[in-house]
Amino acid sequence: MTFRQILVPLSAIVLFGVLWEFLVWVNGWPNYVMASPSDLPPAYARYWELFLVMGWQTLWRTVVGLLLAIAFGIFLGMVMGFSRTMRDALYPLLVGFNAIPKATVVPIVALLFVGDHNFNTILIAFMISFFPIAVSVSIGLSTLEPEYRDILASLGASKTTIFWKIALPKTLPEFFGALKVAVTLAFIGTNLMEIVSPHGRGLGALFDSGKTNSDYPLMFAVLIALALMGIVLYYVVVALEKIFAGWAERSPSY
Amino acid sequence: MSENLIEIKGVRHAYPTKSGSLPVLDGLELSVPEGGFAAVVGPSGCGKSTLTRLIAGLMKPDHGEVWLHGELVKGPKSTVGMAFQNPVLLEWRTILQNVMLPLEIVPTKLSKREQEDRARKLLALVGLEGFEEKRPSELSGGMRQRASLCRSIVHKPDVLILDEPFGALDAFTREDLWQTMHKVKAEEPFTGVLITHDLRESIFLADQVVVLSGRPAKTQYVMDVHLTGDRDIEHLYTPESAEALNILRHQIQIAQGRTEAEEPAK
Repeated sequence: MTFRQILVPLSAIVLFGVLWEFLVWVNGWPNYVMASPSDLPPAYARYWELFLVMGWQTLWRTVVGLLLAIAFGIFLGMVMGFSRTMRDALYPLLVGFNAIPKATVVPIVALLFVGDHNFNTILIAFMISFFPIAVSVSIGLSTLEPEYRDILASLGASKTTIFWKIALPKTLPEFFGALKVAVTLAFIGTNLMEIVSPHGRGLGALFDSGKTNSDYPLMFAVLIALALMGIVLYYVVVALEKIFAGWAERSPSY
Repeated sequence: MSENLIEIKGVRHAYPTKSGSLPVLDGLELSVPEGGFAAVVGPSGCGKSTLTRLIAGLMKPDHGEVWLHGELVKGPKSTVGMAFQNPVLLEWRTILQNVMLPLEIVPTKLSKREQEDRARKLLALVGLEGFEEKRPSELSGGMRQRASLCRSIVHKPDVLILDEPFGALDAFTREDLWQTMHKVKAEEPFTGVLITHDLRESIFLADQVVVLSGRPAKTQYVMDVHLTGDRDIEHLYTPESAEALNILRHQIQIAQGRTEAEEPAK
């Protein structure tokens, strides 16, 4: 990473903070209307212990939900990618399921498994994020040019060999594209449950308690903390993509 | 069986479609002796690619027989090499690793070291020395096709099947590759079937040109090419080449069913 690659995004963030502060100052908004960046450090200083505990809870639930989504998404994508019948059968079901706003599923899940807060949260994070993965893997596999298959099939290679040597690596760029979307979706899922569920934990619950106590700086501090975690997880995916699918990035042609 | 390495007899094949079955091949005959190189030409959509899949054992004909080396083809055999119009190189591998791919599938007595040496030797033969560690995306279309050619012969296949390998290249690159093909054939003898749209290509590369009729395709005409010896591009401009091309062009017109339409007097 060069100096420029760090400096440019960093100054963009600083500029964003300055504009935000300026907007609040110019309008004379009190902090129960809109908190400003300068309200955040006191909020973090006061609740730093809570932020660490709750932040960790949100993070691990999101990651577990995401890992489940990856495993299930790849499996579903493989089934739909290799079998036309399964694709025809499952697509409408899947699209319908995805079209249901997850906010409406949250109370149902919360009632279904009352008390299992960890399980509920992970379940929603999983449900909201597996769809893009399944779709991208299935499209990647079903659009594999027949010549790729023929190259190995004509040598007597088995279907499994063709999958490991060609189909899977060829689908990786699409998979990582979907994973970037899934990461942010998983955070939405975790927080939906944390906010709605009574006696919840995690940053969502912290946000909710900020709302109950009219502690607006705390609510904004939670949002920023969520944004930071989202950024970190996103760049973890980018790093993995560089390692496993770096070949897909074209060098400038000549 | 006869001494022909490839022997196709009375092959008939149809694909099921919504409006009943669509026959693509009907009465196809093809014989290629060991070391021979047959070019198959014909109108578009006449089932030439189906023919390659039949020889490779990727599908079975409805009727008729395909023999390789005196053995009836029943499924894919590791003694076949294929190259297509699309070079289908694996982007996540280097050129060298791409060329070595068949050796990972086909049982081989070569050690890893020997496999690599062989791949390097072939790459040098087609003029890709120094590109072994490059990615396919860093190569031009013609270079990718050269690498694809190396991959198709790295495991010393009995039969090389080329399905319009030069079809997507510009004219100059194509002529370069024709000459590379002659070099490869001299160094690494193979028995080959070349599917092509280009009549000049067919007489320049092959020793036998087979014209297929329109769909459903049958063998309509077979021409032995005698431009043997050291072929260079100039051979394409001799009177005997011009005559051969004329005959073939006329045969293609018959295959397309166009001769009567264009010459109503006949």
